Amino acid sequence: MAIFLTKDSKVIVQGMTGATGMKHTKLMLGDGTNIVGGVNPRKAGTSVDFDGTEVPVFGSVAEAMEKTGANVSVLFVPPAFSKAAVVEAIDAEIPLAVVITEGIAVHDSAAFWAYANEKGNKTRIIGPNCPGLITPGQSNAGIIPGDITKPGRIGLVSKSGTLTYQMMYELRDIGFSSAVGIGGDPVIGTTHIDALAAFEADPDTDLIVMIGEIGGDAEERAADFIKANVTKPVVGYVAGFTAPEGKTMGHAGAIVSGSSGTAQAKKEALEAAGVKVGKTPTETAKLAREILGA
Amino acid sequence: MDLFEYQARDLFAKHGVPVLAGEVIDTPEAAREATEKLGGKSVVKAQVKVGGRGKAGGVKLAGDADEAVARATDILGMDIKGHTVHKVMIAELSPEIEAEYYVSYLLDRTNRTFLAMASVQGGMDIEEVAEKTPEALAKVPVDSNSGVDIVKAREIVAQAKFPADVAEGVAEALVTLWETFVAEDALLVEVNPLVKTKDGRILALDGKVSLDENADFRQPEHEALEDKDAANPLEAAAKAKNLNYVKLDGEVGIIGNGAGLVMSTLDVVAYAGENHGNVKPANFLDIGGGASAEVMANGLEIILGDPDVKSVFVNVFGGITACDEVANGIVQALALLESKGEKVEKPLVVRLDGNNAELGRKILSDANHPLVQRVDTMDGAADKAAELAAAAK
Repeated sequence: MAIFLTKDSKVIVQGMTGATGMKHTKLMLGDGTNIVGGVNPRKAGTSVDFDGTEVPVFGSVAEAMEKTGANVSVLFVPPAFSKAAVVEAIDAEIPLAVVITEGIAVHDSAAFWAYANEKGNKTRIIGPNCPGLITPGQSNAGIIPGDITKPGRIGLVSKSGTLTYQMMYELRDIGFSSAVGIGGDPVIGTTHIDALAAFEADPDTDLIVMIGEIGGDAEERAADFIKANVTKPVVGYVAGFTAPEGKTMGHAGAIVSGSSGTAQAKKEALEAAGVKVGKTPTETAKLAREILGA
Repeated sequence: MDLFEYQARDLFAKHGVPVLAGEVIDTPEAAREATEKLGGKSVVKAQVKVGGRGKAGGVKLAGDADEAVARATDILGMDIKGHTVHKVMIAELSPEIEAEYYVSYLLDRTNRTFLAMASVQGGMDIEEVAEKTPEALAKVPVDSNSGVDIVKAREIVAQAKFPADVAEGVAEALVTLWETFVAEDALLVEVNPLVKTKDGRILALDGKVSLDENADFRQPEHEALEDKDAANPLEAAAKAKNLNYVKLDGEVGIIGNGAGLVMSTLDVVAYAGENHGNVKPANFLDIGGGASAEVMANGLEIILGDPDVKSVFVNVFGGITACDEVANGIVQALALLESKGEKVEKPLVVRLDGNNAELGRKILSDANHPLVQRVDTMDGAADKAAELAAAAK
């Protein structure tokens, strides 16, 4: 099962022919991802050879979907062109668009999010500014290293890329059903709550690890959701206890403004919802182990 | 990036938000000419990026040019809540004020939409209004794609219950303020107070603007708005090298890859510091995905150049980045710094995990640099770095 992405997913890459797109398309193919095409209007009709795998390039997302049955797009499009690329994916009604690009202006991400809503949210957007998602042993849509861990029964949702990797590594012997990096931007398409709901419904997930960070109130809302809707055990970690007020910590969304967005408030909200929250990534992994008896 | 009031005023004026004349100066004598241009009277306003300047004595009336020079002399150099005043705005005197309002646009992260906020209780801290009389603050979602035209502006005005005689004027101001918000790629535009004058005008008397740095690629004019004087010299040096660096007030220098992991590293070091003389992280530095030798050298140079730093913790999880490249980067960076004649004397604790970690660790062990220690777990390495910083304090 897993969430959002399986071995049957047919993946296209918007921005495949750029340097980053080429590098990661190769890596995704190596992880077994069924990549059926790339999109670049200027190179439509050509194909790219990835160590013997020929991947055709299409002129548009709609054309790629029509010719290949693609149902997932991964976007490595530069920030200045990302809004147009996401809008194209929404117009084509591709079920899943994974926006890896970092540094998209908020007015652009707010615009494509509003557009997705207007079009009835037929496209699930993950990101932007995220590492994507992986269902180990099946498919990898993004830049999460495929060899950290193996298939297993933990579901992971995280705002941060490297913390995702760290947590997958800590629990590599148990393995993961899916790991989803939702990104640290102020406007993101898929939230902690969306991933929690999907993991709750996924018969292959026994425990959920949720990683948050300072800024916004997504963790607090996730805590409310867990309290009301999640029966599976949830273990949490929040980064940024020592972050000072008013300073952006790397991610555009990671900022404490006044009393809102602090790590302490998030930890307390999660604990009040019955989530066990670790002080460090290692301690968080230990809590997960204890619950699973592994 | 938060702007000064005078910069906000200039952007408002550019997009047609009604403002009074004003000029920014940085010497007292310049207040004379600026005041004379305004007809001999002015308001001298300290330019600081912090609230409460009025109460602190940072806003004064000047009845003539001499008085303006005297007030500018008082205010320039003044300390307001830790912010030194380097500039003052010489502003046109406002006509008599009948009412003070509040209007703003910002991002509502929770609902992933923009939000208009408006209140007829302006002039004071809006957070206080929101807390004490939430019914007096209208919050109206604004769709990013349809924006605020005069019809939408009237809806905002109606929800905030502006009196009929100012409704149309405020609505017009709201349209121009939205134009400012969009055209400048702002994260926040706020007018407080927006006033109604006795002669019936609507004016933005004070404002705040925060700009989205991710939009710099299409906002070439924004670079000039940066306050280069105020930036911490280490932050300025890091920015010049495209490093994502924030100076903090502790003793353990931090380098890591990925914003979340670095934030987590700061926390883990602070916890470890509780057992080692309360040492704390000295900075946030995310060297990102690539982590080449050059980026590592640039990062190390900034951190080793921070006199507060007593030890350095390099915490890397190799995802796509291979740890052997990172290890080579560290070794080469140290050699590079030493070849530039910089004496590296602070101990480094390095933790490498993930992709090619074994290879990376071997490179560090083989290099056998006297200042570099390898600790292979994040918590263990943080403890060692804190211990070393405490010992050197």
